[in-house]
Amino acid sequence: MTSAHGVAVGVAACAKTFPDGTRALEPITLDVARGETLVFLGPSGCGKTTLLRIIAGLEQPDRGGRVLFNGADVTAIPIERRNVGMVFQSYALFPNMTVAENIGYGLKIRGIDRAERAQRVAELVALTGIEGLEQRRIDQLSGGQRQRVALARAVAARPSVLLLDEPLTALDAALRERLRFELDSLLRMLGITTIYVTHDQAEAMALGDRVVVMRKGAIAQVGTPREIYFVPANRFVAEFVGAANLLTARAVNGVLNLTGGKLVTADVNTAGDVVAMVRPESISVVAPEAASLSGQIERISFVGDRQRLTVRGTIERPLLVDAPNTLNLKIGERIGLAIDPHAVRVLPGERP
Amino acid sequence: MGNRLSFLAQLALTLLVAAFLIVPAILSMLAGVTANYFRGIRSGLTLQWVMQVWELYADTIVRSFAVALITLAVTLIVGVPAAYALHVRGDRLARAVEEIITLPLAIPGLAIALALLLAYGGLSDFRRSSLFIVAGHVVFTLPFMVRSVIAVFALIDVKTLDESASSLGASAWRRFRDVIVPNAVPGILAGSLMVVTLSLGEFNLTWMLHTPLTKTLPVGLADSYASMRLEVASAYTLVFFVMIIPLLVAMQIFADRAGRQVALR
Amino acid sequence: MTHRLFVRLSLLPLAVVVVAFFLLPMLQLIITGASGDLGLSAYAAILFEPRYRATLINTVLLAAATTVATLVIATVSGLFLQRHRFFGRAILVAMLTFPLAFPGVVVGFMIILLAGRQGLIGDVTLLLLGEKLVFAYSIAGLFLGYLYFSIPRVILTIMAAVEKLDRSLEEAARALGARPWAIHRDVILPALAPAIVASGAIVFATAMGAFGTAFTLATNIDVLPMLIYTEFTLSANIAMAAALSVGLGLVAWAILALARSFSGNTIAAAG
Repeated sequence: MTSAHGVAVGVAACAKTFPDGTRALEPITLDVARGETLVFLGPSGCGKTTLLRIIAGLEQPDRGGRVLFNGADVTAIPIERRNVGMVFQSYALFPNMTVAENIGYGLKIRGIDRAERAQRVAELVALTGIEGLEQRRIDQLSGGQRQRVALARAVAARPSVLLLDEPLTALDAALRERLRFELDSLLRMLGITTIYVTHDQAEAMALGDRVVVMRKGAIAQVGTPREIYFVPANRFVAEFVGAANLLTARAVNGVLNLTGGKLVTADVNTAGDVVAMVRPESISVVAPEAASLSGQIERISFVGDRQRLTVRGTIERPLLVDAPNTLNLKIGERIGLAIDPHAVRVLPGERP
Repeated sequence: MGNRLSFLAQLALTLLVAAFLIVPAILSMLAGVTANYFRGIRSGLTLQWVMQVWELYADTIVRSFAVALITLAVTLIVGVPAAYALHVRGDRLARAVEEIITLPLAIPGLAIALALLLAYGGLSDFRRSSLFIVAGHVVFTLPFMVRSVIAVFALIDVKTLDESASSLGASAWRRFRDVIVPNAVPGILAGSLMVVTLSLGEFNLTWMLHTPLTKTLPVGLADSYASMRLEVASAYTLVFFVMIIPLLVAMQIFADRAGRQVALR
Repeated sequence: MTHRLFVRLSLLPLAVVVVAFFLLPMLQLIITGASGDLGLSAYAAILFEPRYRATLINTVLLAAATTVATLVIATVSGLFLQRHRFFGRAILVAMLTFPLAFPGVVVGFMIILLAGRQGLIGDVTLLLLGEKLVFAYSIAGLFLGYLYFSIPRVILTIMAAVEKLDRSLEEAARALGARPWAIHRDVILPALAPAIVASGAIVFATAMGAFGTAFTLATNIDVLPMLIYTEFTLSANIAMAAALSVGLGLVAWAILALARSFSGNTIAAAG
């Protein structure tokens, strides 16, 4: 738990129902620590953008909801006076201004004089690596360049919070991955409290200090990327954040009885009918005689850096296993499976 | 074979229609500069009819321009902010308002003019001035300006631009001035061309609203068609063409460019 | 100033202008229509008074004839122009759309030049048949005039609609063995139907309410707008003129609303 002084942004019981009746958000309560990058992750329609816009001041929460900046209630303050920096999905750069004018606009509004503005713009141009583009018009820029201008413009006036709405979604896959690294180092360098919205789990985990996984207007789990990945709170998070094998079985003294053998879990007290999750990369292929679990290979998918196997007979459903790309395996072959007990995550509260 | 025949038949029809539309226009332009229409072009080319038109109807030409420009000014001041407000609201009220301002296009000019006369005929100073005509023209041309600007707003996603400017701290007026209007210029220009062209050519409304002292060009044209010889009427029409055609060409160029910009997106 | 207030203020000038110069006057018109000797039944007079009814029928027939003729001509030409590229096509298109902005008066003059006493057609028939054919000042002349300003507008709409046609539907029909005639009948025209109906409604409404053309050609052509004009200016029968105007406005508006339910836009009635 962060202390009150360390909380840059607080959301208290903010729900949102739109005029046409759509329930976009259930009451959400959340704290964002100063300087951290918090990612809202979820499928489309989960409410992540709505929550971002409520924090920004572009939408009002339903009655009873409050937004706090540094402990002060800003719910009634419109976005113009919240001093946030926002990067929109479409970047929303002003076509009637040059790159330099775009970046300097927030400063112009705040009455900063021309000389100081120019200096700050130059700083940001250097920071985002867009030297030489200052006098260009927006339609002369590539997607990656526009993204950088949008970021520079958002942070120029030193906002207290930076809000990014799917900033990489509009770019093609190769560019996205490259820019993800740059964005990450930039955000660390700036040290601003950042809230980032995305539907891409890889992006979320690469950029976030903590990730808020959302579903149907509510929070499914909040945690660090590792927590979310290795210790998902429920089925939805387990499946959304990475490939997952979900198995239902009866546990006796911490050992699960499966079709294809026995699986030992880390907690010896686990008992009864449970739902457990095991990720494909935590299952090793071994000789069938030596293993407590076995199965038969149904399909092999050579992906390049690994082989994804579909194995039958271990559990009721096909089991996904990631094997090293150098192993010589054949369809129909019987293999043994070894799984580290700590890699088995029993999902609490999930009924089989 | 059948294809070729059908092609030629369609071409013939199209050419006939084009001739139907263009030939009288060319005739009238020629007649305006021919010494004697009855004898044809053999009688020689002359500018005497154009001169006569200027002597008789110069005031109508000037007044038409004045009315068009004042109408433009009013539609700009009234229409551009309204277009912004309607686009931003986008709710049922906004759609109803758009319906209402478009109504004058459905109602014959005659009816609107009658309505204006009944409502304001008693205010003799207003009724006798050119501003009375401006009022009619504004009612009729306003929807074109508003729709043209709204169309451009939709194209450039003005709502997101507005939000991003507000995230940078700009007040409503500041955003309107720095971001909204500059980016709406193509729509404003297209709307302006439309308004001026429509106003210059407006007759149905203006005929009912005018007085002998507030005649516009189309009103003068009707006058000349009824009472002047063909050459003078033609010369007058020629003057009208010279005023209108550059505007039409400009609108066409604009529409082409706008179409290309959409394709590039 | 909050954003909300700014938006409201932005609508204020519009509200003032529209209320003052359109809504209130129209209200006045409707009230005046019922203020004459006949009272409210003046509004029914358009259907029951034989004189008015005759004019109404005249106007409707003329508008209908204009609509049918315009649609046929414009659809054929529009399809032709959009589907073929040949030398001079651009000029042809320009010629066909050039009269778009002509006011009704000028169109009337064009008809006079074609079919009036010194008209081109008259000269040609004099040469060929020995008799000068003059019909500008009759309902035939008016019909031609309505064609003159309707065809450019509809051709543009049709050309735009043809451009948006999905060619793969025609290719599928051809693959199934359909000949050009069948393709036109079963694929192209049905696809163009919304545009055709919408344009047709606009032509009809415009022809119903057109004044300038009829005024230029003669004051004794029996159409509704001329009737309203003479009632107001010559007979000083203001109430009747108002009632007829409201009736005409309602009919025109209803037809255009119908047109809009087939397309998505409105194109202006003018002329």
